[in-house]
Amino acid sequence: MKGPIISGAVILAGVFIFLKFLLPLFTAPLPASLIYLYLALALSGIMIYGTMSAPSLEAMMGPVYRFLSGQGQSGMGHMARLAVLVMFPLLVGWQTYSSLAPSDLPPAENRTIHPAPPGEFVGLSNPYPKTPENIMMGKGLYAAYCSPCHGANFDGKGTAAPGFNPPPADFTDPGTIAQLQEAYLFWRIKKGGVGLPVEGMPWKSAMPRWEEELPEEFIWKIIMGEYDGAHQSPRTWEEEE
Amino acid sequence: MKSADQLGSATIGQGMNRMSGFLKFGSFLALLFFPALAMAAGGAETQAMSVEYRDVPGIGSRNLIWIVAQQHLLLAGFVLGVPIFAWVCEVVGWKTKEPRYDKLAKEFTKLLTSAYATTALFGGILLFLLIGLYPKLMAYLTDMFFPSFLVYCLLFLLETATLYMYWYGWDYMQGNKKTFHLFLGFLLNLFALGIMAVPNSWATFQASPVVLGEGDAWARAWMAMQNPTWMPVNIHRLIANVVLGGFIVGAYAGIRYLLAVSREEREHYDWMGYVGNFIGVFGMLPLPFAGYWLMREVYQYNQQMGITLMGGFLAWLFILQAMLIGVLFLGANYYFWMGITYRIPGSENQYKKPVMAMLIVLLLCLGIWMTPHSLVASLAEAQKMGGTHHPLLGVFGVMSAKMTVSNIMILVTFMSFIMYWRAGKQETAGWAKAAKAIMGGLLVIAGIAVVVLGVWGYFVPAIIRINYFSVAQVLIVLFIMITFTPLTAVLMKSAKTTTEMVWGKMPIRAGYSLVLNAVMVILLMSLMGYARSSSRVHWHIYGVMRDTSEYAYSPALGYAAAFMSLNTFVFCLIVAFIFWVATLGDKAKAQPPRGSTVGIPGHSAPAMAGGAPRAGEKLE
Repeated sequence: MKGPIISGAVILAGVFIFLKFLLPLFTAPLPASLIYLYLALALSGIMIYGTMSAPSLEAMMGPVYRFLSGQGQSGMGHMARLAVLVMFPLLVGWQTYSSLAPSDLPPAENRTIHPAPPGEFVGLSNPYPKTPENIMMGKGLYAAYCSPCHGANFDGKGTAAPGFNPPPADFTDPGTIAQLQEAYLFWRIKKGGVGLPVEGMPWKSAMPRWEEELPEEFIWKIIMGEYDGAHQSPRTWEEEE
Repeated sequence: MKSADQLGSATIGQGMNRMSGFLKFGSFLALLFFPALAMAAGGAETQAMSVEYRDVPGIGSRNLIWIVAQQHLLLAGFVLGVPIFAWVCEVVGWKTKEPRYDKLAKEFTKLLTSAYATTALFGGILLFLLIGLYPKLMAYLTDMFFPSFLVYCLLFLLETATLYMYWYGWDYMQGNKKTFHLFLGFLLNLFALGIMAVPNSWATFQASPVVLGEGDAWARAWMAMQNPTWMPVNIHRLIANVVLGGFIVGAYAGIRYLLAVSREEREHYDWMGYVGNFIGVFGMLPLPFAGYWLMREVYQYNQQMGITLMGGFLAWLFILQAMLIGVLFLGANYYFWMGITYRIPGSENQYKKPVMAMLIVLLLCLGIWMTPHSLVASLAEAQKMGGTHHPLLGVFGVMSAKMTVSNIMILVTFMSFIMYWRAGKQETAGWAKAAKAIMGGLLVIAGIAVVVLGVWGYFVPAIIRINYFSVAQVLIVLFIMITFTPLTAVLMKSAKTTTEMVWGKMPIRAGYSLVLNAVMVILLMSLMGYARSSSRVHWHIYGVMRDTSEYAYSPALGYAAAFMSLNTFVFCLIVAFIFWVATLGDKAKAQPPRGSTVGIPGHSAPAMAGGAPRAGEKLE
């Protein structure tokens, strides 16, 4: 076997090595689900390109067909074919068994990070004007109540952060508060982790229920301070004047 | 965030004057046709219903409605999409004087007649089931929309009469009567548009109801119809119907191609497959834009519904959607690329590198589109990542990245088509080189601009990204399509054909890829139908009428996915049955006289069985 089959195998191996071993040198390791997804895409690409024309199809699949059908094989070739025909179903069986066998590991989660807010929190807007005084007050309140977990730099790296799994949200990440309206943050701060709805399961959030500690005014001002400190803007439907 | 009241007030009066004349005319006709119904519309009040729900043992009322409604919608999409396809083909045949386009249009109008009856049948079943199983909801909707029911009936009558005239008058209205036949085809599509838009208003009102002002029954119905998601759904469904029609035509051609035993048949169905794929792809290009507009309206109407769809438990459906759209893009491009290598002999090596580049770009884009914001990870993996957001790839999970890659994929698919168009031809115009250089430059600039806007989108407020950056990305891609198409047409007009296009030589996998595309579109429509409907969560009419039945919960995504697959399978069976019935006559005509033999050397077996191999080709 040579040509496209070897090239395809090399590409797949290269993608796997890059995702599994090289990328983690610079950032966090990728979960297996994502590696499989990207490998599946790479395999699709190899199959599409290899079957684009009659000659490329023959070059890629011809040797496979001939190997599996046993045309003109003898000796080692014959033994290799038999080994593949025996090993392949065993491999599939092993994979099926290992995915179904009971395990003491917790299952992979598809946690809904941003469940929909309850109706009473929809459509609320911050009743306090964005004045420098209010923002400053919000930042002060943030420093007192929020920064131990969410960090003085609003990046989720507070002194208490290493104690939590999942870690506190990083507000400087454009995928967090920048995607949300202020009313959403008001709900999350007010009700905390225990106030997450059913779809927010497995309800993994250590966020306190701040309505028991802080008046609503403080919460709205903390929101203002958070956006300002993280250099983000809340999602709105009207542009600010 | 606008409240329902604000939206209601905003809609009151808008277009009232514009439409009142039409509605009064519709009312007049409806009164003529439906005296009994019109009396009911004249002021009967909804009576208190003692029964709010009825159930169906075993399957459950909701599941039964789910299946019937989905079949009706898919059939309706086909019945509304195919006339657009047929009419466009007829116009092309009339303008170019090529009879094969007219034949193609007629072939599909024939399928339309049987599909039309089946659609109406499912519509009737759906109506009876809704009245029987959800009487309280139906009483409310009837009270709200009854005048529009009359308009709908009227449109249905007009559509049916026009379809009969269009189909049965096909052969009669040739020659100098052809323009009238084309006019009938136009009317057919116009009425079909109305038939789609009126029920859309009932469904969209359930998702985005508005507060109604004072007025008579007609005025109130019109106010309710003008709800915030009505027009985006109309546009989205109209385009999606064209896509469905195109790809189903492609699938039909693909199957007929696989079964073809004569060279003529292979050539004809190969060409038909190309036309179906072409129309499906061209419909698909603006579809993401329409979908984006719809989601924007949903989000703006109600934050809760928007988050349920895009960030809440339904968000996973959009990863499935990305996968299905990705397969569709890959399938459509694969068919184009195979067309170049098989229909234009000798062009394979010439286009190898561009095809590889386009394939890599498509796969990279698809990889980004399919990357979820919150990743599926084990406890250990999540601990290593510091949560379920990956610190580096997490940026692919938000809309700025998705919009950017969808625009790039549209650009690549468009360029696949342009490449196919130019294959086998040599430009002779003196300015051809300059034009090609300009097009190449514009394409590179457009690609860079789309990516830059996408990256920049992370650093600006959401409203700036949504209102300006995303719109700019769409306009850039549209600009490329609008300028390249006529420019290439002019270039090709004077071009010299270096290699004649050969029809009927496509491999069998081309037929299968056409079928795959159709299945993907049907799955997509089933998926997004579920998403749109489920976004109402436990409300029949969002925020107005709560679902108090035993089914007032959202089914698990796995359960829903199984139902979508079932609906897709059932729909494919129904369409296959319609095609089989509609082509029975053709098969009878094609039968050779008893005692005679058909001798087409090398073409006596269907393509699926390996008939008509290319010289020297070992595998198909």
